[in-house]
Amino acid sequence: MMKRTLLIAAAVLGLSAPAIASEGANPPQLKWSFAGPFGKFDEAQLQRGFKVYREVCSSCHSLNYVNFRNLSQPGGPGFSEAQVRALAAEYKVQDGPNDAGDMFERAGRPADHFPAPFPNENAAAAANGGKAPPDLSLMPKARTYERGFPWFIFDAFTQFAENGSDYLVAVLTGYHEAPKGFSVPEGGHYNSYFPGNVIAMPKPLSDGQVEYPKGADGKSPVPETVDQYARDVTAFLMWTAEPHLDARKRIGFQVILFLLVLSGLLYFTKKKIWSRIEH
Amino acid sequence: MSQHSSTYVPKSAFGKWFESRLPIAGLIHSSFIVYPVPRNINYFWTFGAILSFMLASQILTGVFLAMYYTPHASLAFQSVEHIMRDVNFGWLIRYMHANGASMFFVAVYVHIFRGLYYGSYKAPREILWILGVIIYGLMMATAFMGYVLPWGQMSFWGATVITNILAAIPVVGDTIQSLLWGGYSVGNPTLNRFFSIHYLLPFMIAGVVILHIWALHVPGQNNPTGVPIKSDKDTVPFTPFATIKDLFATAVFMILFAWFVFYIPNYLGHADNYVPANPSVTPAHIVPEWYFLPFYAILRAIPDKLGGVIAMFASIAVLAFLPWLDTSKVRSTSYRPLYKQFFWILVADTLLLGWLGAKPPEGWYVIVSQIATAYYFIHFLVILPLLGFIERPLPLPNSILESVLGQKGGAGLPAGANAEPQSKG
Amino acid sequence: MAETTTAIAEPTRRDFLFIATGAAAAVGGASLVWPFIQSMTPDAATVAAGAPVEVDLTPIAEGQIVKVFWRGKLIFVRHRTPAEIKAAEDVNVATLRDPQPDSARVKPGHAPWLIVYGNCTHLGCVPLGQQGEYKGWFCPCHGSVFDTSGRVRGGPAPINLPIPPYNFVSDTKIVIGQGATA
Repeated sequence: MMKRTLLIAAAVLGLSAPAIASEGANPPQLKWSFAGPFGKFDEAQLQRGFKVYREVCSSCHSLNYVNFRNLSQPGGPGFSEAQVRALAAEYKVQDGPNDAGDMFERAGRPADHFPAPFPNENAAAAANGGKAPPDLSLMPKARTYERGFPWFIFDAFTQFAENGSDYLVAVLTGYHEAPKGFSVPEGGHYNSYFPGNVIAMPKPLSDGQVEYPKGADGKSPVPETVDQYARDVTAFLMWTAEPHLDARKRIGFQVILFLLVLSGLLYFTKKKIWSRIEH
Repeated sequence: MSQHSSTYVPKSAFGKWFESRLPIAGLIHSSFIVYPVPRNINYFWTFGAILSFMLASQILTGVFLAMYYTPHASLAFQSVEHIMRDVNFGWLIRYMHANGASMFFVAVYVHIFRGLYYGSYKAPREILWILGVIIYGLMMATAFMGYVLPWGQMSFWGATVITNILAAIPVVGDTIQSLLWGGYSVGNPTLNRFFSIHYLLPFMIAGVVILHIWALHVPGQNNPTGVPIKSDKDTVPFTPFATIKDLFATAVFMILFAWFVFYIPNYLGHADNYVPANPSVTPAHIVPEWYFLPFYAILRAIPDKLGGVIAMFASIAVLAFLPWLDTSKVRSTSYRPLYKQFFWILVADTLLLGWLGAKPPEGWYVIVSQIATAYYFIHFLVILPLLGFIERPLPLPNSILESVLGQKGGAGLPAGANAEPQSKG
Repeated sequence: MAETTTAIAEPTRRDFLFIATGAAAAVGGASLVWPFIQSMTPDAATVAAGAPVEVDLTPIAEGQIVKVFWRGKLIFVRHRTPAEIKAAEDVNVATLRDPQPDSARVKPGHAPWLIVYGNCTHLGCVPLGQQGEYKGWFCPCHGSVFDTSGRVRGGPAPINLPIPPYNFVSDTKIVIGQGATA
């Protein structure tokens, strides 16, 4: 019991990740298919991003709030239900207790959660130098950077809400040699965009690491580079964070259109009524 | 709720039978149909209706969220994600509730500053104003506890920071703190009781709102000139004139609301609140919701803990004394050339405090916060009382009607010359 | 007013009856409030979970700070280096905001071990170890600075990081919370 507490502790390295990247450069703004009032997820991109998550991230990072079934729901990566069933069956899921009172493993079903790589946070921390890799289900919403004055005011009008996604791509592609005179503590890695510039996670992606589906010409339609992987996996994580984004923006447009019409009608009614008197 | 006796006459036999036993139709008739409103009130007077709409919206969305939300430290975050992902239209109801709180405060701030500008707190509306300050306090308590419920990092640390504020109160501070916590720190019992109180307070707000409307309907509405109602010609019946205007304004306000809910639902939130609460890690910047920022800046401006707490509570409490701090006999700022400048300085000062509240308390931010805090109190405690004696107000119109006709039909029109309200047809 | 006249006619017994009835009702009302207020204080399970905890000091290396929880409150157990101890002892106590010599903040004979509550005395954030001007702690929320004895040296915090009740049961083991009130 005590030992576990000590393990959580190891406050030797201040490697916890504060959500606001106040120090370090601001991430570059990227183009996202889900930005703006008519934004929509790109199915092909989500499928590629899922592949990156599965082959790279999932060995350390959980995706606790996502179920296999989500992968076939509207507004998502667009897998078929059969594909999802087959995919879920590739995973082993703990279930039980059975009639004998024992826990047992069975093949995954679409209704199951993505199994986490570690049984609990302490195990995750113990296997990763004292700092548990965070769950990725909400990442693009749970990370951001300070927009600063006056940008935060413009953002309300331009609907800029992709700061978290920009930040994630920046961190995933921000591994460089530490500048001269900057001492990176043991177990840390230099990153231009991570707050404090020292991140516990080693550089996760490298060019050509994940094989993308081939197009008609036998080549992948998008480059198999760190930059593309980072964008794809971030788009996928934006979907896991906000699975109803497509519906939200679509319904939002209809609602605002309706409200404009209603306001117009009310305005003229009001004008008519008030024309009875001087005011 | 008007003191005027009802002119309502039930048409049916059942109506008569019912009305003689419970005269509620007559009450509604006299309060919301024939109730006289000044004919010159502008769009700033629609925010009462907008606020009623927001209160109803918050209660409705809240009741539906409570059907799925679990107030337990280890389940709350998960249950919110369940609402966002699996509950049909759960994302919509939750974003409406979260952004609705902000919209509620947007509307209440317009409403408060309208009252400040047009002197709506002056006699005979002191009780009306104080009830408003009470509603504002209840709103802040409700909003604070509501923000704790998702049990994210900002929920947890916000609750820790605010409950620690109470510990600074001499003698009873620790007891209050332990009663709020239900333990030795912010934890599961805290979350449970916050949920219970968060569910209770909106109904208390609704109750005080009824008193607020009652206290409004006794003296009647103020108006942009601040001149009291002198004859029937100064007013129009609430329905249809005010009702249709309120409906139009509410619909326009809903466009703003929808903009946030559908397009930038997390703009006013904090990224940290999508990280589950963790008592061993503090977020880099603990920042309250935007509507608390000016008060948070005041809290931090004072280097002494108890002093900061006193200043923060005093900055809200001072509003309740406004009717007696303002010595000017003139209500509307339109006729107060000097006060008009100070009014806008106060608005700027409050916005500045709000911006500073979001900044880390270091370097020159601290000094500017202290100056802005000092000015906030100087405005209410020094400028406002003195101004009434120094200022020479502009000439007031003789009546509401005169101001309306003077503005439309050219200056110098004698009051009542063209005063038939239905004349324009 | 008619009642007043009758009351004058028979003052003492009637007054006593009124006062006694009122007092009984008030006592009853107040007694009814009591269980409701009591229900909001820490419950039996919480109190039981607040029992003392043992901490084994052997795995804590010199220069390391370890976080433990007792009663849901964060506690730092810091194994100070000789330099840190010296820095903490070489302070003119009179210049401090909350004057306390280092010797009053550790157990006699156990100078390397500093055990303090891990929440900033300003508003309860968790200060970061080995940071700030005095390499003690630095609070990222509102900028309070603490030295290697956990004493406040700057920022808005009013007092030093408090010392939880604890005892050394052996040279390598402490018990936090012994003798604390429930």
